[in-house]
Amino acid sequence: MSHTFVRIVHVSLFIPCLTDQLFPETGMNMVRVLERVGVRVTYDRRQTCCGQPAFNTGYHDESRRLAMHFLDIFDGDGAEYIVAPSGSCATMVTVFYGDLLSLPPEYREKAGRVRERVREFTSFLVDVMHVEDVGAAFSSRVTVHDSCHALRELHIKQQPRTLLRAVRGLQLVEMDEAERCCGFGGTFSVKHADISTAMLEEKVASIERSGAAVVTGVDSSCLMQIDGMLRRRGLPVRTMHIADILASEAA
Amino acid sequence: MSTPTPIVPEHFKQLVGERIHDDALRGNIRRATRTSLEKRLAVISDYDDWEELRSLGYDIKRHVIDHLPYYLKKFEHAAAAAGAVVHFATDAAEAREIVHGLAVQRGGPVIVKSKSMTTEEIGLTHALEDAGIRTVETDLGEYIVQLAKEPPSHITAPALHKSRGEIGRLFADTLGIEYTDDPEELTAIARRLLREDFLAADVGISGVNFAIAESGTLCIVENEGNVRLSTGLPKTHIAVMGMEKLLPDMESLGLFLNLLGRSATGQRLTCYTSLITGPRRPHERDGPDEVHIVILDNGRSRMMRDPHLREALFCIRCGACMNVCPVYQSIGGHGYGSVYSGPIGSIITPVFYGEKRSRALPFASSLCGACAEICPVKIDIHHHLLWWRKSMVGSGDAPRSERLMMRIFLAVSRRPALFDLAGRIARLFTPLFRDGDGGISVPVWRGSRSFPAPPKKSFKQLWRHHEQRS
Ligand code: SF4
Repeated sequence: MSHTFVRIVHVSLFIPCLTDQLFPETGMNMVRVLERVGVRVTYDRRQTCCGQPAFNTGYHDESRRLAMHFLDIFDGDGAEYIVAPSGSCATMVTVFYGDLLSLPPEYREKAGRVRERVREFTSFLVDVMHVEDVGAAFSSRVTVHDSCHALRELHIKQQPRTLLRAVRGLQLVEMDEAERCCGFGGTFSVKHADISTAMLEEKVASIERSGAAVVTGVDSSCLMQIDGMLRRRGLPVRTMHIADILASEAA
Repeated sequence: MSTPTPIVPEHFKQLVGERIHDDALRGNIRRATRTSLEKRLAVISDYDDWEELRSLGYDIKRHVIDHLPYYLKKFEHAAAAAGAVVHFATDAAEAREIVHGLAVQRGGPVIVKSKSMTTEEIGLTHALEDAGIRTVETDLGEYIVQLAKEPPSHITAPALHKSRGEIGRLFADTLGIEYTDDPEELTAIARRLLREDFLAADVGISGVNFAIAESGTLCIVENEGNVRLSTGLPKTHIAVMGMEKLLPDMESLGLFLNLLGRSATGQRLTCYTSLITGPRRPHERDGPDEVHIVILDNGRSRMMRDPHLREALFCIRCGACMNVCPVYQSIGGHGYGSVYSGPIGSIITPVFYGEKRSRALPFASSLCGACAEICPVKIDIHHHLLWWRKSMVGSGDAPRSERLMMRIFLAVSRRPALFDLAGRIARLFTPLFRDGDGGISVPVWRGSRSFPAPPKKSFKQLWRHHEQRS
C-alpha cells in the first residue's frame, strides 16, 4: 500500500492554537496519518496562534505581531510543506497574510515564501501526495460539513470526500446545504450569539435529516460549534475531525 | 432620513432580538430566498461560462469606475442632446431638494413612483409626503410596505418578509376590503387603485438600473409594467440614480441584463425592459414631455477614491448576496436597521450614514463568503467587511474590555512559554465549570451550545511523548 512512495517528503506541522489547546488528539491523528503515508514530520514548539482571531475582529496590529512571530518560525524551517489540520488557519496564512494585513516589507517577502508551502491537511494528501486511500477503517454513516474558508478560499470540496470514500466500512452520505455556514465565525459566535445559534440550528437540522451518525470536516472550530448544540440537545450524532477518522484502523 | 437610530451594537442587538425568535418571519424569508436561489441556479446553467461572464461584468464595472468622470460627462452630453435635463446632487439633502423643487413647480394631486433603492437611500418618499405631496409607490412590493408603513426589507423584493396571509390581512385592514390571500386577487385590487393614481399624476419618479453613457439612455427593468406607466404616462419623468450606474454602451448592457435578471429573480430577462432616451419626440405618440435625471453622489466619490470601498460601487443591486446570506436569512432586511441590508448593505451603509452611526454592521457577519461567491460582479464582499472592521477598531470604535482582551491575547501568544502556562492553568480550573453534557458552560455561548471541556494535555505535551517514543 504505502510502499509506492519513493521520496520522503518533509512536512512541518502547523498546529493552530485551538488544536493545541482543545483538540490535541486531532493534531496527533494528523501526525499518524502523515507518517503512515511516509511523510517525515517535524514540529516547532514555539508556534502559538496565527493571529486569525484578532484579525477577524479588526485588531490588525495585534494580528500582525502574531503573523510576524509565525513567519519567523516557519520561514526557512527546511520543510517542503507546512500542513495544518484546518482550512481556516491555512487561509489566514495563504490569503490574509497578503495585502489586508499590511506586513512590513521584509515580512512580506517571508509571507510570500511561507504561503507557497502551506497546505490544509486533506488538500495536502490528495493534491500534493496524490493519496486517496490512507488505509483507514471506520464503520459508520458519515456526512461532511464544508467549512467556509476551506471551501471558498482554498476550494477544498472533493478532497475530504475522496479520502473518506476510501475508508473501509464508511458510508458517506451528503447532508442538504452542506456548504451553508454553521454560524461559528470566531468571535462572531460570541458577539452575535443569537444569530450564530440560529444559523447553527439550521445546520443541525440538515445533519439530522442526513441520517448520519458522524459529522466530519476539515476544521475543528466549526465542528466544535456543531458539537456544542448536538450535545446540548442530547442528539445521537458525534462530530469528528477528518484526521480522527483517517487515523482509525480496524479493531 | 430613514435611519433615525444609529446602528450601534446595542441597537443592533435589539433589532436582532425582536426578530430572531420569530419563526414565522424566518420561515417567510427562508422560503422566499430559497425560491430565488433555486431559480437562479436553474437559469445560470444555460451558460457553461457563467464564471467568465461574472469576470467580464467585474472588468467592465472596474473600467467604468476607473474612468467615472469621463463617462459621467459623456452621459450628461448624450442625455442632454436627447432632450433630458441632468442634475447633479452631492448629497441626499440636495437630491431631495431638486426633486421636491421640480415636483412643486409641476403640481398635480399625486406623484407615482416606481421602485428605487436610491430614492430610499435619500428618504425621498417621506420627504415629499412630509411636504404635503401625496406620493404613491406603484411596485406591488413597495405598495405593500408603504401600506404597512415599513421600509423595504430587500433591495429587489421589498415585501419579501411577508407571507400571503399577512399581505391579505394588511390589505383588508388598510384598504377596507374583504380578506383574501389570493395573490391574483390582491394584485388586481392594487392595480385598480393604482390606475386612478397613474391617470391623475403629472409627475412620475423612477430609479435607474443602468445608464448608457454612449447614448444617454436610461435602462429600467421590472416585472409588473408599473415602471412603464410611471415613466411614460405623467408629463414629467424624474429619474434618480447613483453615479455608479453607468455602463459604456448598449453592448455591455446586454451582459448586465443577463447578470442582473438571472442573479436577482432567476429570470433570463425581466418581463419589461424600458430604455428611455430623453422625452417624447414630436412624432412620437406617448412619453413624457420632460425627463429629469438626478445623479447622486452621496459618498460615492469617496468610495471611488478608497481602494477598499471602490469595489462596492460595482454593485448592480441584484440582491443575490442577501438571498444567500445565512445572517440575512436569520434576521431579515429590517434586522439591519438600514435601507441597504445584507452583506453589501453592511459595506455601503457606513459610507452613507457615517461610520460611527453604523458601526455594528460590518461585524454582523460570520464572514462565510457565500456573498462574494454568488455576486454577479465578483465583489469581494466579506474581505471588505474585514477591512471595515479594522478601520472601525482603528478609529477607536471598540469596547474597552475587548481591547484589553486582545492585548492580553497578544501578550500571551507572543511568548510560547507563557502560552503553554496559560493553557495549563486554564485546564486546571475548567473542571469547576463542568456542565451536565460533558462540556463546560460558557455564558457567552448563550446556553445554546456546550463548550468542549479541555483535554488533560495539550498538543505540545502529546508531541513530547511522541518524540520520545520515536
Ligand atoms: S453586492 Fe453583488 S450580489 Fe450583492 S446586490 Fe450587489 S451585485 Fe448583487
